[in-house]
Amino acid sequence: MPVNENVNADNGSAAEAQATETKQWKPRIVAFCCNWCSYAGADLAGSSRLSYPAEIKIIRVPCSCRVNPTFILKAFERGADGVIICGCHPGDCHYSTGNYYARRRMALLFSMLDYIGVERGRTRVEWVSAAEGARFSQVMNDFAKKISELGENVKVGDLRCRQ
Amino acid sequence: MQAVSKKVLDRARELMRDGTVSRVAGWKAGEFFYDCEPALFETEESLKDLVYNRFCAANLSKFLITNDIASVADRGRTLVLLKPCDTYSFNQLLTEHRLSRDNVYILGVGCEGMCDVDRIRALGIKGITGVDESEDGKKLTVRTLYGDGEIDVDGVLVNKCETCKGKAHKIFDELISDNEEEGPRGDRFECVRELESMAPAERFAFWQKELSKCIRCNACRNACPACSCRKCVFDNNASGIASKANTDSFEEKLFHIIRAFHVAGRCTDCGECSRVCPQGIPLHLFNRKYIKDINEFYGEFAAGEEAGQRGPLISFEAGDREPNSVSDKGGD
Repeated sequence: MPVNENVNADNGSAAEAQATETKQWKPRIVAFCCNWCSYAGADLAGSSRLSYPAEIKIIRVPCSCRVNPTFILKAFERGADGVIICGCHPGDCHYSTGNYYARRRMALLFSMLDYIGVERGRTRVEWVSAAEGARFSQVMNDFAKKISELGENVKVGDLRCRQ
Repeated sequence: MQAVSKKVLDRARELMRDGTVSRVAGWKAGEFFYDCEPALFETEESLKDLVYNRFCAANLSKFLITNDIASVADRGRTLVLLKPCDTYSFNQLLTEHRLSRDNVYILGVGCEGMCDVDRIRALGIKGITGVDESEDGKKLTVRTLYGDGEIDVDGVLVNKCETCKGKAHKIFDELISDNEEEGPRGDRFECVRELESMAPAERFAFWQKELSKCIRCNACRNACPACSCRKCVFDNNASGIASKANTDSFEEKLFHIIRAFHVAGRCTDCGECSRVCPQGIPLHLFNRKYIKDINEFYGEFAAGEEAGQRGPLISFEAGDREPNSVSDKGGD
């Protein structure tokens, strides 16, 4: 039956994917993008046919200052290899001042992550406006490259998430 | 210190008798004389248990808000005994409107550094029955079941007193102190710099070792005067990190980083977290890292220096440094 065939085909490709995954590690990257600038920037990158790595998972947030430090730590706990936060350029925040607060918080948090042994390169803040599709793509490619160089973030991952 | 101690106890009794205050927040001995704990004395007779000695390290500022003593006006004023470092916490709580200044009568008490009984025990001294102090306050005669011995006070100070922030009270109604106004002692960021100079893998190993001891008893949170929220994020069952055994090595880190982050810019470095930790985890290293970073990034800031200050994390400047440039250790 066609349905069963489809299921089998899916299983087959999943198993195949798993096999290649064990062979070749790919970084897992979480990107928090603000709704007003960076997420729109990502959209523009897409509609302009500019590529960025598929390993980057975008989470849309209302503002970069919505990113609670716990989000970032949780991402690392769940096995992320890198976390990047994108917001409007300082001065351009949709809510006037949100990204200024985010900037201070993240400066302290990233410094602390470095202090406990999560390399500094695994965390980044970038300002990307809605008009900067090309920049979005470039930033993400850069960051993915950096994380690939740093390798797997084995230190902080929860083993149960890596079955 | 014994002279100060006597004056403090006498003055507390006097203030209670003449009706200036209707209760006293102070310390009393627990099971052993060195187990001094915060206590509330409601009557003049009960004041016989009030003590002030080398083991009264607990910060009473938090005690005021946990018991809601200072927020109810019609119950009269409360006398609180505050050591110099405790006054920073009091100021910070005032800034955050957690207590009303009018309900509290602050008796600033002089302090020459508190002693840690565990450190006395670590010298191999057992069966401690009493401690006497020398005239100049530099030596302790420890009486034990097996005879007396003399030790240096400097060797058995509580961790926070080793790098004392200074002997000046930041807020008080009345002062009983024979300390000369000493400045800070030692460099409290030395320990942070030491860690920073390690390689990332070494730092990771250090924290892995320390934080694996954590039993999530929440003592650090409960004793912290800056942790004053009525509802805590860690009490939320849906947070996934609430009061349960750790399921993986990252969880303690998450708890401790967030705990320290929530008090960043408000922490007065009173050292209560490390002092109360039953597992001896150097939690002050987290708080001091944040304080050091704040000082470096956004200018010198001492939480609790005066009431009404605006903290560094609730303000900003257009030209603040970018997070990507904060450190070049271990990464880019």
